Amino acid sequence: MPHVIIPVVAAALCLVAGTAYADRLLVSNEKDNTITVLDADSLKVTKTVPVGQRPRGIVLSRDGKSLFICASDSDEIEELDLATMTITRTLESGADPENFDISQDGKTLFDANENDATVSFTDVDSGKIVKVVQVGVEPEGMAVSPDGRVVVDTSETTGMAHFIDTTTGDVLANVLVDARPRRATWTPDGKFVWVSAEVGGTVSVIDAATHAVVHRIGFEIPGVTKEQLQPVSIAITPDGTTGFVALGPANHVAVVNAKTWEVEKYLLVGQRVWNLALSRDGKWLYTTNGISNDLSVIDVAARKVTKSVPVGGLPWGVVVAP
Amino acid sequence: MARPRAAQAWLVLALALLLPSYAHADDPAQIAVVWLGLAARRDIPSTALIQPPADEGVLGARVALAENATTGRFTGQAWTLDEHTAPDEAGVLDAAHAALAARRRLIVTDLPAPLLLKVADLPDAKDALILDAADPDDSLRAEDCRRNVLHLMPSRAMLADALTQFLTVKSWTHILLVTGPQPADLLLAAAFRASAKKFRVKIVADKPWTFIEGARRSDTGHFAIEAEVARFTQGIDYDVLVVADEADAFADSIPFHTTDARPVAGSSGMVPSAWSPVFEQWGATQLQLRFLKAAHRPMTNRDYGAWMALRTLGEAATRAKSADPAAIAAFIRGKDFELAAFKGSRLSFRPWDGQLREPVLLSDPKQLISVSPQPGFLHQVSELDTLGVDQPETKCRM
Repeated sequence: MPHVIIPVVAAALCLVAGTAYADRLLVSNEKDNTITVLDADSLKVTKTVPVGQRPRGIVLSRDGKSLFICASDSDEIEELDLATMTITRTLESGADPENFDISQDGKTLFDANENDATVSFTDVDSGKIVKVVQVGVEPEGMAVSPDGRVVVDTSETTGMAHFIDTTTGDVLANVLVDARPRRATWTPDGKFVWVSAEVGGTVSVIDAATHAVVHRIGFEIPGVTKEQLQPVSIAITPDGTTGFVALGPANHVAVVNAKTWEVEKYLLVGQRVWNLALSRDGKWLYTTNGISNDLSVIDVAARKVTKSVPVGGLPWGVVVAP
Repeated sequence: MARPRAAQAWLVLALALLLPSYAHADDPAQIAVVWLGLAARRDIPSTALIQPPADEGVLGARVALAENATTGRFTGQAWTLDEHTAPDEAGVLDAAHAALAARRRLIVTDLPAPLLLKVADLPDAKDALILDAADPDDSLRAEDCRRNVLHLMPSRAMLADALTQFLTVKSWTHILLVTGPQPADLLLAAAFRASAKKFRVKIVADKPWTFIEGARRSDTGHFAIEAEVARFTQGIDYDVLVVADEADAFADSIPFHTTDARPVAGSSGMVPSAWSPVFEQWGATQLQLRFLKAAHRPMTNRDYGAWMALRTLGEAATRAKSADPAAIAAFIRGKDFELAAFKGSRLSFRPWDGQLREPVLLSDPKQLISVSPQPGFLHQVSELDTLGVDQPETKCRM
């Protein structure tokens, strides 16, 4: 049934220019030390907020009222109040925080500290680090399971996905994937974790219960060299049917059938496509393109790129906020 | 010692095969790597101020060893590096004998070609794996190749091809080649000539550099150099000056002193290399910062060669799920080996001459200018094989 309805709704949204929501898009600009705020309907930049040095990973608080920012070169996490658009406080992190995720109850941030080979747990209320977990070299990808019990970290040089218990901090499993794993993303049902390997050129699908790699998704685009196919960010639609994989310098996003793991389409976006975010209703996908300094907008149902919007210098992360 | 260690390795391997992911090992398998270095004094004759660090190379090995050890916590593998840097050939050979007698089989070297061959040809070294982390000599990849040696650094042929591809793309096809008097300079110049032939660019003048500088960097020394380089480059119609001077004896004197306004490349100006302290793409900044934190100085080309050697062993031990030197060596030579070395591509060893396939940087002291292979240089197997000696041309018979 939803197969019939989705294109219709999407078409309707296109006609009325998506007036159903007044969401905001927040983009971290690594080079400019700013957050760009866009209106999700008009795709107009409404504000540019100066933040700490080299903002990369960004994540929304569970109540949607603030944005947490990894200010990598400031070695701290900043909290941006989304009502006033001002930095209200800083939270502790380890050295060079690059990326993080937030617990399902919103009380803990799990930070990948790239230079330290650690994952730290930052208590949101106190802003203090309450736990430090040793992981592999160059941790980067962080993803909390839908049930909140497990956080997966990917360590780039070690080539592993580490499954970490969010309560105890114990490492439950270390799963070897292909070279230079960048990101982990859970399927909405919590059964699988997809891990992208930038240099290996694959996405490994890990069974979350057995920790076995059950499938490796490969990519091939005519006219694009094997070396350029570097999977980074992954987004899976809330209904669990479709996965999107940003292919970095290949300047494409792969559309993957999340049930069969077959790649069904490649969409041309901006240069060095890095991070992805889905709109809250799952109808739109936004991509940050680091070299062309823009954001591409993809119509999920139609599988088409509809627009690209200039943002700041070296856009890194993107988040959809109410 | 060898027996229990091998038994441990097999136990870890057995566990790894039984479990879908690594179990935490309380009793790790030991992987001992031997470092053999020749402490030759390498100074840059043209300046007293900027000299290569005495610990160049081995510090790269130490940083990579720490990375291997971090991964080893999850794979049940513990790493050691036995460093032997001797001031002369005899000292290096003694250390090699001792290590091989102690059944060490994983050896990383920072040695000149003739000494490297002496180590590789020791009877006990037959079943060892020697990773040459430093020497760019083409003969080591050709008539003097050895079955037990792999090469991490780009050969002179690869460096020359990387530069020539760039010149082709720029249509700077008329070259003035200037060659220093040292044996290494002659070898590098030969590589530039072979590369020019391969990519059909023209060496319009091929001149040896014979001027012996006086106290060039003493007061007013630059006047003498200016006059000499202007005279040397007069009356030649060329696009780019390529200089072969591996010891940096004079190459840095050439830019801006030529009669005509021409760019300089080779051993000065735009230099081809495996690594540069100013390189920051493909996550390289992370390695640069990690190295800086450990070494308190920037990471050099030579440090990177040693880093790659240790990471090659680390990657193979992780993927092969084994601490056994034979299994590690077999995996490195196998089709599944790929090294992520901050170059944006998968690096592997050419089976025909033991050379690592790798992109080559073209940079000046302040910036990365380009990375070869250049777009458009195609190859049926890997574009990286457009750099250096390809399988049909190899003179290596192992």
